[in-house]
Amino acid sequence: MKGFGKWAIWVYSGMAFIFLLIPIVYTIVFSFNDARRTNIIWRGFTLDNWLNVCEAQTVCQAFGNSLLIGAVATVLATTLGTMIAIALVRYRFRFRNTTTLLIFLPMATPEVVLGAGLAAQFLQAGVPKGLGTIILAHTLFCLSFVIVTVRARVAGLDPALEEAGRDLYGSPSQVFWRITFPMLLPGIVAAALLSFALSFDDFIITNFNRGAEVTFPSFVYTAAARGIPPEANVIASGVFFLAIALVLIAQFSAAARRRRLAKAG
Amino acid sequence: MAFTAFAGQSQAAEPAARRRSPVALFLLLPGIFYLVLFFVTPLLSLVITSLQEPDPVLFGQFQNAFNWQNYVTVIETYWQQSLRSIGFAALATLFALLIGYPLAYFIGITLRPYPLLQALGLVLVIAPFFISFLLRTLAWKQIFATEGPLAGLLSSVGILGPGDAISGTAFSVIFGLTYNFIPFMVLPIYATLVSFDLRLIEAGNDLYGSSATTFRTVTLPLSAAGVLSGTLLTFIPATGDYINASREFLGSADTTMVGNVIETNFLVLQNFPAAAALSLLLMAFILVLVGLYVKRSGTEDLL
Repeated sequence: MKGFGKWAIWVYSGMAFIFLLIPIVYTIVFSFNDARRTNIIWRGFTLDNWLNVCEAQTVCQAFGNSLLIGAVATVLATTLGTMIAIALVRYRFRFRNTTTLLIFLPMATPEVVLGAGLAAQFLQAGVPKGLGTIILAHTLFCLSFVIVTVRARVAGLDPALEEAGRDLYGSPSQVFWRITFPMLLPGIVAAALLSFALSFDDFIITNFNRGAEVTFPSFVYTAAARGIPPEANVIASGVFFLAIALVLIAQFSAAARRRRLAKAG
Repeated sequence: MAFTAFAGQSQAAEPAARRRSPVALFLLLPGIFYLVLFFVTPLLSLVITSLQEPDPVLFGQFQNAFNWQNYVTVIETYWQQSLRSIGFAALATLFALLIGYPLAYFIGITLRPYPLLQALGLVLVIAPFFISFLLRTLAWKQIFATEGPLAGLLSSVGILGPGDAISGTAFSVIFGLTYNFIPFMVLPIYATLVSFDLRLIEAGNDLYGSSATTFRTVTLPLSAAGVLSGTLLTFIPATGDYINASREFLGSADTTMVGNVIETNFLVLQNFPAAAALSLLLMAFILVLVGLYVKRSGTEDLL
């Protein structure tokens, strides 16, 4: 039984990994398809799609919009979220439970409700939908995730380090920028990457608040009815390779460091 | 990691020495102001919109009123789609758990002696996040397509009769939901299992517990927080999802979910009160469910 169980979990997990990877491989393979108009049937290998990505109009523009929205929303959400995370761990204040609930609720709200709510508010306030409203919406749903991520890092910080800084006559701002902030930076970077990824791939909330603007996911959604151009696969694959490279570097360097530490210990 | 948000374990480690200071206000106010302005007031806007009635003069316009009949109407009209959403999401959550738990166990415990393989396994689980959600779902649609490889195989075996399709059925929608939310299930469970003390399993074995008994009485209860947060992180977005069930993706007119109804009413039919009423009902349902679920599981401190 025991040997069988060990063997079974390797097979089961292997199959699960393959299952997870099938659509990814499919998307990447079809970025090399020599498709004319619709990218459904395999017609042969070509590099044209990769070399002339911006040939299919509006794909690149949609991609650019997504990058811009992701960047601005990430900066806003990371700044506001980091401030709240520090306050939550370090300070006592009234209405603490209400604040915690307010941060938690957006994560427990289905996206379609967030999207419809913001759209209803923009409608009532007479705010025209566009890039601005998309950025406001994205900042909102990224904010809670930033707070949770950075908060864990702040909670894990050893207060003795800051005390040491104060003992050495560091001013509060020196202590913050030379000790606290650099120690928090990995958490802040992780939160920023998470925000960007959430923003970049969001479709549902965007669709309610985009007006006539097109982001990369909304381009794909609209194009789905008549066939996705292979250039969309190129962009998605390119982003995938870049992200995977970043994550692999981070993961392997962390694993290698753990191993070195284990050996040294 | 944000995926442990629902697990609520990190609470204990916080310093007791919190101070009162005006700095706290400075740090909190901008973000709280943002949340109030773009989360609380939109919910209030939804409440106001959901009670509006058609303008008697201008066609297609609505005026503020207290027309609570809207709620009755949407329940009467869309109860089927609403129940279907809950059913589909529940099944997808169940399947995601059946696939996700062993996978999380494998990465967190089985692969522990091999740090590099463990890192790779984690990357493979996160990998779907890095490729567009919509393109991933479309890839399944094309794999399932009538002229595609799978449909050919199934109809030659006779499982698929002539005129039957895989895409556009309840099966394909639940399949898509399961696929898309597996990482949300794996990551929180992995987070609880990765720090799991293996000596507890040894202790269970020393006390003559079989592998199955040890798993049931030791490992599973200790990973319950991860299972709780994983099921919530899967169920909540799956209930409101309208991409998988959309006609252009894995669904058809027979698989419409509540998200599709809200989208159509808001963006196509411009029946804002109906969309708002349904949104609020959906949110109320989710909140009640989360509340009950969390209370039962005894994890009260969510953040």
